Amino acid sequence: MANVTVLGATGNQMVAEAFRQAKVDVLPAYPITPQTTMVENFAKYVADGRVHTEYVAVESEHSALSASIGASAAGARVATATAAQGLALMFEELYIASGMRLPIVMANANRALSAPINIHGDHSDVMSCRDCGWIVLFAETAQEAYDQTIISFPIAENPNVLLPVMTTLDGFVTTHAMERCELMDDDTVAAYVGDRVPENALIGGPKAVSHGMFSSLGGPYFKLKKVQREALENSKPYIQAEGDKWAAITGRKFEFVEKWECDDADYIMVIAGSSAGNARVVARELRAEGLKVGIARIRLYRPFPVAELVDILKDAKAVAVLDRSDCFGAQFGPIGLDVASALYSAGAQVPMRNYIYGLGGADVTLDALRQAFTELPQVASGELDQSLNYLGVR
Amino acid sequence: MANIKQLSEINERLVGGHRLCGGCGASVAVRQILMGAGPDTEVVVAVATGCLEVSTTALPFTSWDCSFIHNAFENAAATITGVEAAYKALKATGKIAKDKEIKFIAFGGDGGTYDIGLQALSGALERGHDFVYVCYDNGAYMNTGIQRSSATPSHSWATTSEVGAVIPGKPERRKDLTSIVAAHHIPFAAQASVGNWKNLVEVSEKAFNTPGPAFLNVLAPCPRGWRYTSEKTVEISKLAFRTKFWPIFEIENGKWSMKEIREKDLLPIEEFLKTQGRFAHLFKPENEHLIAGIQAEVDEYYDYVKSMCAK
Repeated sequence: MANVTVLGATGNQMVAEAFRQAKVDVLPAYPITPQTTMVENFAKYVADGRVHTEYVAVESEHSALSASIGASAAGARVATATAAQGLALMFEELYIASGMRLPIVMANANRALSAPINIHGDHSDVMSCRDCGWIVLFAETAQEAYDQTIISFPIAENPNVLLPVMTTLDGFVTTHAMERCELMDDDTVAAYVGDRVPENALIGGPKAVSHGMFSSLGGPYFKLKKVQREALENSKPYIQAEGDKWAAITGRKFEFVEKWECDDADYIMVIAGSSAGNARVVARELRAEGLKVGIARIRLYRPFPVAELVDILKDAKAVAVLDRSDCFGAQFGPIGLDVASALYSAGAQVPMRNYIYGLGGADVTLDALRQAFTELPQVASGELDQSLNYLGVR
Repeated sequence: MANIKQLSEINERLVGGHRLCGGCGASVAVRQILMGAGPDTEVVVAVATGCLEVSTTALPFTSWDCSFIHNAFENAAATITGVEAAYKALKATGKIAKDKEIKFIAFGGDGGTYDIGLQALSGALERGHDFVYVCYDNGAYMNTGIQRSSATPSHSWATTSEVGAVIPGKPERRKDLTSIVAAHHIPFAAQASVGNWKNLVEVSEKAFNTPGPAFLNVLAPCPRGWRYTSEKTVEISKLAFRTKFWPIFEIENGKWSMKEIREKDLLPIEEFLKTQGRFAHLFKPENEHLIAGIQAEVDEYYDYVKSMCAK
């Protein structure tokens, strides 16, 4: 029987605990706000001898992921963490990690990208890396950041998956705010995550292997990319299975998309990350006022849960998609683009309006969220168009 | 050190059939250096993007009879330190036997080391990982077509430091990478050359047997980039030493020592320059004064190394 410790903790603390309990072999990391306390906490575990982990205090985020790739290819369990400019600096390596099919778990403290430089929470960093071939998870709370970090290890290392996982939590609101959390005991987590059983490791295997080889014109590059796309798509049942397995231990359900009052909803908001809490507050008020609203909260963002979202949204009268980042030059923000194409490909004629909110940590007010919900009847009637709108810009 | 007959019997870790050019200094350097790891030691090699990588690992074939990893251009040092950290961690948990010995080595060209990979190299050296980093220095970005790097010698032609009506080749002096590495106060660093196999194998043995980071900067001539015919690689390497173009020295725990040029072997820098098409423009009357400048530069550097050895 699992022992649970209830504690007040920040998201960063909880992710550091997850890394510790998962018995990470190698953790190369570079500090960056708002990820910093995560690696600071972990460094203390190392200093106190509570983990056997090789903490590689690299000189940049590029080297953090480069060393993670080397360590994962060597057969180790590997984690790292970053945010914002650090994730952007890793960009080249993100594709290499997934292309080499290396399990690595990376926590990202979601933060705005420069310029202007801004250290606060939004999704610009993670969304700029959404097509890099990683599994991407969004947490709403510190608890969820912990749970999703723990399940990331067996997902990434599953021989049927072998992909890196980005487990994300919103900068400051989730990384730094103290919440009520439940920490499972070490043995329970250890038993759940198990050991990594690497195949074709650089060291410790039966034969010499070559990793990161060259594919020239006419080589297998094209085919390998197809295989990679299929691997990411095919990871979904393994992700769900790990979420279910962890839920059986903790009692906390894992769904790709969390449905909140969606079954009878006329108007649904699609959102990811920490602002969903505020959205629920407003949605409760609106339901009391007679507007049937629901919330579809994305927890698994890549591979994108197309079928699940279509199923939730197809009968709505209108949908508000909230994006905490923008795709400059595109019609919508990233989630807006994904939802629009999901609905289109399913033949679902659901009016959709896209709202960009909270960039650079701007307050996500209840009034702003109320505006998004209450515009939806006009979107449904055609009085308001299906455009992109910046919500609550002062 | 083993004699040449014994060395010839060591199983090659970079095997024949790769696609490097005839006369390529890099392949000679790699083979000689890996001999220094000893015949039976397990080795993991990391290689930066470049000639050595693309020519030895074209899918589905590999020329490496040891474990190999290529990641990207600027991060061979970071990558191999990740492998080395994994080795330590897996040993700590017993997933790898405590007595299992593995050597870790990274190879990068001068582009991947002097330029784009300098930060990752510096970080890896400072962190004290137990590994050997080898820069095979051929003085330009040869894989992409002879563009200048910060290792390209003064007044050399390269495709991004062209010889023209107003500029006679690369105006800037080359970077002194070996001294930069030495400033990290790592246990062992050396400058060596494929023209002196005995020294190269010796310093490689030292590098592999040194706990902590070790660094080798190895002159590895490139027939294509330097514009000479492929049979002259070793001959030109020897001239590089005899003309002071490439001093051979090592720094062991802060103590510098060099292989001095015997007086009867000493040659003017022209003897090195004239063997290569990349310096052909220097022998036009209007450019001859530049040769005097190069002579002064190599004299100065040789004296600097000598002065460090005298300390």
